[in-house]
Amino acid sequence: MTYKLLVNGRSQSVDAAPDTPLLWVLRDNLNLVGTKFGCGIGQCGACTVHLDGKAVRSCLLPISSLGEQKITTIEGLDPHAAHPLQKAWVDLDVPQCGYCQAGQIMSAAALLASNPKPSDSDIDSAMSGNLCRCATYLRIRAGIHQAATELANRQEATT
Amino acid sequence: MSTLTMDRRGFLKSAALAGGGLLLGFHLGADRLGAAEVVKASTLTDSGEFAPNAFIHIAPDGTVTIFAHKPEIGQGIKTSLPMIVAEELEVDWQSVKVVSAPLDPAFGGQTAGGSTSTPSSYMKLRQAGATARTMLLQAAAQKWNVPASECAASDGRVTHAGSQRSASYGELVAIAATLPVPNEKSVTLKDPKTFKIIGRRIGGVDNPKVVSGQPLFGIDQKIPGMLYATYTKCPVFGGKVKSANVDEIKKEPDVRDAFIIEGTSELSGLMPGVAIVADSTWAAFSARKKLKVTWDEGPFANDSWSGFTQKAEQLFAKPGQTTLRKDGDVEAVFANSAMKTIEAKYSYPFLSHLNLEPQNCTAHVQGDKIQIWAPTQNPGDGQSVVARTLGVPKENISVTITRVGGGFGRRLMSDFIVEAAAISQRAKVPIKLQWDRTDDLQHDHYRPGGFHSFKGAVDANGNVAAWKSQFVTFGNTPERTGNGASLGADEFPGRFIANFHSEQTIIPTNIPMGWWRAPGSCTLAWVLQSFIDELAHSAGKDPYEFRMALLGDKEFTVPPGERGSPYSASRMKGVLQLVAEKSGWGKKLPKGQGQGIAFHFSHRGYFAEVAEVTVTKSGELTVNHVYVAGDVGSEIINLSGAENQVQGSVIDGLGAAWVQRLDYDKGHMVQANLHEYPMIRMPAAPKVDVFFRKTDNPVTGLGEPALPPLAPAVCNAIFAATGKRIRELPISKTDLSWS
Repeated sequence: MTYKLLVNGRSQSVDAAPDTPLLWVLRDNLNLVGTKFGCGIGQCGACTVHLDGKAVRSCLLPISSLGEQKITTIEGLDPHAAHPLQKAWVDLDVPQCGYCQAGQIMSAAALLASNPKPSDSDIDSAMSGNLCRCATYLRIRAGIHQAATELANRQEATT
Repeated sequence: MSTLTMDRRGFLKSAALAGGGLLLGFHLGADRLGAAEVVKASTLTDSGEFAPNAFIHIAPDGTVTIFAHKPEIGQGIKTSLPMIVAEELEVDWQSVKVVSAPLDPAFGGQTAGGSTSTPSSYMKLRQAGATARTMLLQAAAQKWNVPASECAASDGRVTHAGSQRSASYGELVAIAATLPVPNEKSVTLKDPKTFKIIGRRIGGVDNPKVVSGQPLFGIDQKIPGMLYATYTKCPVFGGKVKSANVDEIKKEPDVRDAFIIEGTSELSGLMPGVAIVADSTWAAFSARKKLKVTWDEGPFANDSWSGFTQKAEQLFAKPGQTTLRKDGDVEAVFANSAMKTIEAKYSYPFLSHLNLEPQNCTAHVQGDKIQIWAPTQNPGDGQSVVARTLGVPKENISVTITRVGGGFGRRLMSDFIVEAAAISQRAKVPIKLQWDRTDDLQHDHYRPGGFHSFKGAVDANGNVAAWKSQFVTFGNTPERTGNGASLGADEFPGRFIANFHSEQTIIPTNIPMGWWRAPGSCTLAWVLQSFIDELAHSAGKDPYEFRMALLGDKEFTVPPGERGSPYSASRMKGVLQLVAEKSGWGKKLPKGQGQGIAFHFSHRGYFAEVAEVTVTKSGELTVNHVYVAGDVGSEIINLSGAENQVQGSVIDGLGAAWVQRLDYDKGHMVQANLHEYPMIRMPAAPKVDVFFRKTDNPVTGLGEPALPPLAPAVCNAIFAATGKRIRELPISKTDLSWS
């Protein structure tokens, strides 16, 4: 089957079986390998992408279910890879192995979009679906706070 | 692709020069393809870069490339080792380009394991950087006709103050490349007091790529014409394939091939299984759901953890198989009625590594030439296993080391590498083998489970008078313990107690065992420091004071070149004192709250930790705060990476001790995915404060030694809070409620 997908603002034509999860479409068909495979059952969050701005697990989304929804992956989060979260992650040296971090950032970006000034417990509950095997949780939390501050400062500068 | 394959000729020259010191004339080298070629003795690469050794290339435009030779598995080594080179080379860190090296003898050992990368590389890399700096100084001296001793190197330039001349390294490359390479041991190293890079907080060199999703990891590799493969092995370890419906599988959509691989009986090598090769990962996964295999499960198909538990009880009633250490006379002490004697038994389950990047490997076998792209900690082993299993000379096997989505010891084994090579050989196409999470959980090389029985005595002064232990452990043969399943004769508190008797007995199994972060120590520290805590409480002593007294003033040193186990009581007491001070040890807390303390020496590092916990009446545990003090020698190379490692080790150790458990039944691991195998998540992560105590000792590694003291510190804190002693892991198995 051929499907038309809207990925990172570009229309893409993909030939795949209807049950192919978006994760593997991104990785194998579209060469967008920033989205990672971890468990295949939505338990680790390494495959998190945005579907119309909401954080979802791409390993559980068959290509046939996507329709014209806007898909955003880590590669498309910011045109210059300079989203406040990406900057904070580099600034605070968050990653260890780095494998989970694209998923972490995508979950965090969805959180900040709906809650620009999250508390520790807001962060904990929004991020508890994302596993970090290296346990960089403390820096992830600090990175989200730092990005929230930058967003607030930007907001202030433009109002 | 994340890693650049270096110019082969450049490497050969570097190797010849670094290894043989052949500075003049010509060196006859054999290249990887087996053809002999004459390599000109020059430190100039074909692309015109100055390469005084394998680690450094300096281009005429001044670009400094440093080759990171150890696999990056999350321990930060791709950043910290090049920092050492850059320090001695006297270049601005911002101007350095770091490139992952492929497997090549020019670099020496390239295994990342046992927290050895730092101690084994520290001096070598300082010398590599200092050698290049020395040659650049000499080049400038020659250019300006001044003594080299009057020239100084800094920020990628050489200056001569007397004549106010200055040249960039790039400008000096052409002359430097004509100079003989000095003996690396003769070059002058910097005074550590003048370090500008070592000791700083420097972010990981790959961070910008990590946060933007660029291809870096093994799983991200793609090569032209590549197909995707799965490999199905018998759930019972060591089982063989009797038959499989491969002809039906071949008819599945987008499947190109399916076949049985007979394999070997090597648990860490190519085990028997069924391969499926398809046009996409999903096509291979989908076809696999229809795979039907009849297995010959072998002699271990009825083994279970409950069987092991019963066996351990029987073994505890008998003398141990091996005496590890016997000092003094423990029985005489136990017979003395003036002594207070206590006994306890401990156990812990097998665990998986659970690297978040499931095992995978890309391989291209073309006749007797093999290319491998692998997320491995042990590229040399991968090459060796492929060579002996496929019957191809090692020289014909190239290994590209990708970034690794978590090591933790799992990827010291090369099973996934040899499987990929075997599948590519048979399918005659380049393939990427992709394990799924169930493969990963059910075919790991597990952290061994174990059982310990202790008897100890304290005297009227509250000091330990006798210690007797039996360790019931596992081995793949009746005589030899599995990887990470042994207790050393010198393990603390051996040598620190006059009457000491430790024994070990092996239960044979076919469960593959491997090195799980801080192997041995990750479980031994828990049992040893828990039982020491039991003794402290039975002696009526403060657990910190009791430990300080037990350490005393013993110093065990091992002369260079000799085997043995060093142990410095003063270094351990140093970190114990520091952690007690930082944590406010001894504060009065209400019931339901507690502090616990523990220490452990492993991987050359001395670590002490204090945990603060809260346990509600209904038994809900919160680990609030962990304080860590560590001594890994005279320098912390990258403070940012170091703190990240220690915090990660603590939270990883907490997850393992608190919630992780694999059940073993009917010869296989029961849990199939993360819904059955919980891991620690953000809400449970405690605050972790890290303190380093720098001492005048060699610089050592940080990937592991902060992990072992965590579990006993937390369990000792739970005891302080509730009076409940945890003697079985994971902690979640014990009801912690109190009244």
